[in-house]
Amino acid sequence: MKKCRRCQKPATLHITEVRKGDVTEIHLCETCARDYLEQTDSNPDSDPAAEFEFEKLPESDEETSSPADDRGCPHCGISFREFRSQGRLGCPYCYVEFKSDLIPLLQNIHGEVQHCGKLPRRAPDSSRRQHELLQLRNELKAAVDEEDYELAARLRDDIQAIEKQINSPAKSTDNE
Amino acid sequence: MDLDRLTQKSSEWLRGTGPESDVVVSTRIRLARNFAEFPFTTRIEEAAKAEVAARACECFEDLAIPAKLSYINVSTLDELDRQFLVERQLISRELSEGAGARGVAISNDEDIAIMVNEEDHLRVQVLRSGLTLDDCWKSMDEIDDAIEEQVAFAFHDQYGYLTACPTNVGTGIRVSVMMHLPALVQTREIQKVFHALQKINLAVRGLYGEGSQAMGDFYQISNQYTLGLSETQVINRVREVVPMILKYERRAREQMIEEKRQELHDHISRAYGVLSSAQTISSEETMHLLSSVRLGVNLGLIEDVSIPILNELFIQTQPAHLQKLKQKALNSAERNIARASLLRRRIAEAAE
Repeated sequence: MKKCRRCQKPATLHITEVRKGDVTEIHLCETCARDYLEQTDSNPDSDPAAEFEFEKLPESDEETSSPADDRGCPHCGISFREFRSQGRLGCPYCYVEFKSDLIPLLQNIHGEVQHCGKLPRRAPDSSRRQHELLQLRNELKAAVDEEDYELAARLRDDIQAIEKQINSPAKSTDNE
Repeated sequence: MDLDRLTQKSSEWLRGTGPESDVVVSTRIRLARNFAEFPFTTRIEEAAKAEVAARACECFEDLAIPAKLSYINVSTLDELDRQFLVERQLISRELSEGAGARGVAISNDEDIAIMVNEEDHLRVQVLRSGLTLDDCWKSMDEIDDAIEEQVAFAFHDQYGYLTACPTNVGTGIRVSVMMHLPALVQTREIQKVFHALQKINLAVRGLYGEGSQAMGDFYQISNQYTLGLSETQVINRVREVVPMILKYERRAREQMIEEKRQELHDHISRAYGVLSSAQTISSEETMHLLSSVRLGVNLGLIEDVSIPILNELFIQTQPAHLQKLKQKALNSAERNIARASLLRRRIAEAAE
């Protein structure tokens, strides 16, 4: 995974610029790519690639030297600084260890910080229901956005049914 | 699995049969998964890495899925064989260039490929021809469940499936639809499509994925977000956008036919002429000309050659494939001669 040339976040867009016969590849994250493309759009004669390189690099150097970055994951030993430079975490436990730094990053990359997809089959019943709930809420939001109120009403009923189940201790299987 | 046997046959995804296959070459879904009790590949010791590979192999042996998988130990392959697998889209460049215990399990039809010890312990891929999102997902979901019966994946209630790179965390899913968009490239409308896709957070990549150039006017449209959406939602986002791109490409094709039929016909016929008679030809020129001919066949301007054969030629004319076919190392000049000879032969056979 390449890093964004401007801000060091993981690069998700790979732009190939051809200028006067020179071909350069530029790797950018979502936000920087948008700036980059706007710049190219508004002034096609400028060389945004050059600006992006020289304007921003010193700033990102400063950014990487925060003392908190030196703390390592107790399980695999990787530091947050190393993660920043490689773009890859060391082990599953890093997600817990670096939580406070990762949450804003995940928010930035995905626009969300809560999984609502598939669950492993061996996940406990309680997590299973929580996830079902998250998924349904997500679908409800989409249904409302699309003004499909019939579907929205059905989803709301389903959500209430599960919420009731979770809140009623008699029916809870958490202690099994 | 005997790699030489693969050179004699064609992958399922090149068959050119699925829905919308004039524009949509293939649909690919991949999942990133990691074993819960090991560090990620970048931070793992060699012995543990070998253990991951051994456990993966064991698990593939009696996986409860209809297809039978064969494991290829990539760490013992020479560079040519590794490049050959990259060209066939069975492994990534990263796995090819990596170090230590690593491999890939593939099905007979090459529609399933599970990379072991790439960026994540497992990268499961399902690749089929045409626009077949639901088929691919159904198959993928089954494979994922079957693997999970045997191993515990790294999973977190909030973050979902944990991956080495936070850009894949959550579902770990990447849904890609590979489209052949020569008319949008020629009319220069492709940039507009890219801008529109970026606005809705879909990524556009070349034939060989991340960082690769668009070769032969092939583009992969794929999701970027993997967290906060269910697998079905991710698939639907890609699904919704494909018909629009299809419509633009087909409209651009019609427009080209209406406005400059003769010029277009000439251009395509010349491309066909060069491919069927050149004595030496570079890979780049081949891709470019095959793209024109593919467009010509879809527009009914050329009838002598079929889409599946053209799809195959895009892959078979690449460097490692040519060398596997000739069963010896070839330098660039020799490859250009071998490429031209293969093209002449295949096109002549097709026209008979």
